Amino acid sequence: MTIIYVLIPLGLMLLAAAVWAFFWAVRNGQFDDLETPAWRILMDDDSKPPPED
Amino acid sequence: MSASSCYHCGAPVPAQDPPVTTIAGQSQTLCSESCARTAALIEARGLTEFYRFRDGPTNTASRRDTDSRRWQPFDRDALQNEFVVRRPDGLREAHVLLQGVRCAACTWLIENALGAVSGVKSISVDPLTTRATLCWDPDRVALSELLAQLARLGYTPVPYTQDATELAARQERRVALQRLIIAGLGMMQVMSFAVALYLGAWRDPQIEAYLRLISLLVSTPVVFYAGAPFFAGAWAGIRSGALGMDVPVALAVGGAWSASVWNTFLGTGEVYFDSATMFVFFLSAARFLEMTGRHRAMSLTGAMAQHLPRVATRLVAGQATQVGVMELAKGDRILVAPGEALPADGELLSDQASVDEALLTGESRPVPRRCGDALVAGSLNTDQVLEMTVVRVGADTQMAQIARLVGDAGARKPRLVEMADRIASWFVATVLLAAGTVALVWWQLAPERAFEVALAVLVVTCPCALALATPAAFTVATTSLARLGFMVRRRGALQNLSRLTDVVFDKTGTLTDGHPVVADMQTWRNCTADQARTIAAALESRSSHPLAKAFPTLDRLPPVSDVQAIAGAGLQGTVDGRQYRIGTEAFATSWITASSAVADNQAALRQVYLGDADGLLARFTLAEQQRDGAQEVSRQLARAGLSLQIFSGDQAGPVSALADSLGISHWQAALQPPDKLAAVEQLQLQGRIVAMVGDGINDSPVLAGADVSIAMGGGTSLAQHSADCVLMSESLLPLLAARQVARRTLRIVRQNLTWAVAYNLVALPLAATGLLAPWMAALGMSASSLLVTGNALRLARLPQIRPTSAQDSALPAEPVAACCKKPAGAAS
Repeated sequence: MTIIYVLIPLGLMLLAAAVWAFFWAVRNGQFDDLETPAWRILMDDDSKPPPED
Repeated sequence: MSASSCYHCGAPVPAQDPPVTTIAGQSQTLCSESCARTAALIEARGLTEFYRFRDGPTNTASRRDTDSRRWQPFDRDALQNEFVVRRPDGLREAHVLLQGVRCAACTWLIENALGAVSGVKSISVDPLTTRATLCWDPDRVALSELLAQLARLGYTPVPYTQDATELAARQERRVALQRLIIAGLGMMQVMSFAVALYLGAWRDPQIEAYLRLISLLVSTPVVFYAGAPFFAGAWAGIRSGALGMDVPVALAVGGAWSASVWNTFLGTGEVYFDSATMFVFFLSAARFLEMTGRHRAMSLTGAMAQHLPRVATRLVAGQATQVGVMELAKGDRILVAPGEALPADGELLSDQASVDEALLTGESRPVPRRCGDALVAGSLNTDQVLEMTVVRVGADTQMAQIARLVGDAGARKPRLVEMADRIASWFVATVLLAAGTVALVWWQLAPERAFEVALAVLVVTCPCALALATPAAFTVATTSLARLGFMVRRRGALQNLSRLTDVVFDKTGTLTDGHPVVADMQTWRNCTADQARTIAAALESRSSHPLAKAFPTLDRLPPVSDVQAIAGAGLQGTVDGRQYRIGTEAFATSWITASSAVADNQAALRQVYLGDADGLLARFTLAEQQRDGAQEVSRQLARAGLSLQIFSGDQAGPVSALADSLGISHWQAALQPPDKLAAVEQLQLQGRIVAMVGDGINDSPVLAGADVSIAMGGGTSLAQHSADCVLMSESLLPLLAARQVARRTLRIVRQNLTWAVAYNLVALPLAATGLLAPWMAALGMSASSLLVTGNALRLARLPQIRPTSAQDSALPAEPVAACCKKPAGAAS
């Protein structure tokens, strides 16, 4: 069972990565609005408007 | 949508030559050139998807707004300093409030159309708050051009500064989320190691020590980062001498963690990392929910303050110039274009205007205003260009004051919350004592289990439910009532509101809408109707009594001085050097000793007398209308078993007529303010819980004396100051909702308290006898906290007060221009 000496630290590294990703998301405002993104999926972004000028 | 209504805005299409444009390959009819321009712009940008996904007709902006010259003042640095952030990379960032954003389709349209403009770095729109964050390169495009672009799409922009409290709230929410996720992820990890340890999967002491070490590693940030607020709260509590619920929490978490660290390094006894982390996680979750409720209250009041425009058109010597609102001063004359919000409180100079005061009253409908009437900042000018004099700006405006009122209500603790705090304080002392005693007893019996059992007692009896759920319930209830236009100033009011037995109404301005008109007049002693009217108007121009509105301010009023208001009687003042009195017959004739010979043959109607030192000059017969919802409210309250009464300073005739039509059997007329107070106190002596609904200066004493006092928002500020609640709506219907919400709040608080007490009574003996392991205690206690908080959050759902009769169909509308898709009880 000595494998857990490797696997648990690996798991903790994954945990650290998850925490980091989550903190990044929170600081980027990903959790500030939980409603609009659900609607945005319904919109078609295919027809990109021609750039102005 | 049929061809008779505009494809873009839904308005009726003119019969002759309506503009037609091709949208997504189909020819569509539009109502006006401005709609046609907006639709053509959307078509030209290839964003016609918008029309497929929007919820309903959308706005167009006026031609004036779509002209970038209109926005040029915003390019001035002086104005930009107020709301623009200059980023170090040379870009600029501004927050803009957008009018007319209704749904996610609007968001999409704006983000795509503006995002394609060269010079725009990014734009994001939040449909809930209808705010956009715009980031652009000032060297490539001017802000005025971007604002005009927004207007061309149909969304009139209002630049605004982000409130410090709002930023703080967002920061608080972000930090709380981070703490929550640390606690959650950490708890899961520690729990999985704990299960392995409990099951004894590895008999190998080396592996056991290893797992303990790992648990220590993971639980440390949970305890000290996620649990930091508990330690801070406990320390603050100890220093201020008030034992809050943070004390046992901090003791339990800190104690469990320290003991576990000790045992980990000595390799002895038990470890409790799992209990400590679980406790922190569940408590953080409960607090997060409570914080969400608080923030919802704040965003509502914050939204009100933000509806003030930033720019005003000032008239100086007939020349209109655009200035920042901050530059306005009292006495300035300003112009307000139709569709714009008034930038300051003031007085109307134009002959007439109509404004929408939805922001204050919760009811979206134009209210007519005449020359000289007071105008409130934040209301929308719905009709034509109006001219006004500025009376109050910025923090002095009525709207800013209301925002503060709501803030005050949050600061004042209702008796029940204070009680819960007091109980919690005793409770904590008892818990600490009990835990100590239990530890001592177990130390004698089985020393190796003493710590574990004491820990379980400490955790299981934590009075979190008591101290957390009651304030949460009041916060949520106050917020949902504010959305209906019912502002609760003292939260203790909710407690009394729920136990009402009697409701006393004032008549004028409360049951009637306070907009009386002169229906008939009679004059004596060579006084002409015009003269009488002028004198009356001159006197009443100095009064904010509801009846004063019956006398329109004329163009040229004679000079008035020494005006005195005598509560319950009338006004006395000097007009053109001569003293007059206007008010009740007794008051107007009180200068002459002989009683008046004028027969009062119209007792059923309201009458105002004008007199001078020699006797009566004129009699005005006024008619007034019942306030919206008066019938409905009196019917439903009576059906709910409440006793309704009218206490009026008015004559018996009009009072009984009104009482009859509302089906109210108890009424007292011709009461002076002290009489009203005495009558209410009389009721209170009989053990009745009395609510007083009133609006005038003459109601202030009785408002202060009643168990619950409700002032009408349109009433005098003195009345509002002595009231527990202020009804901002023109309709009385929110009263019904307020009573329902109050009853539900108290019911929920009682449920929560009962649950908390019952739970502790069961759990304490179990924990003390050593039947509960610390992790079970943590689970039980946290689940109990979550349960009561969730129960309190149910109050966010507004009651539906449906009028039972057809003519009373004016339901209060949602006051804040939130997105149409927002469900009433959304939990974020």
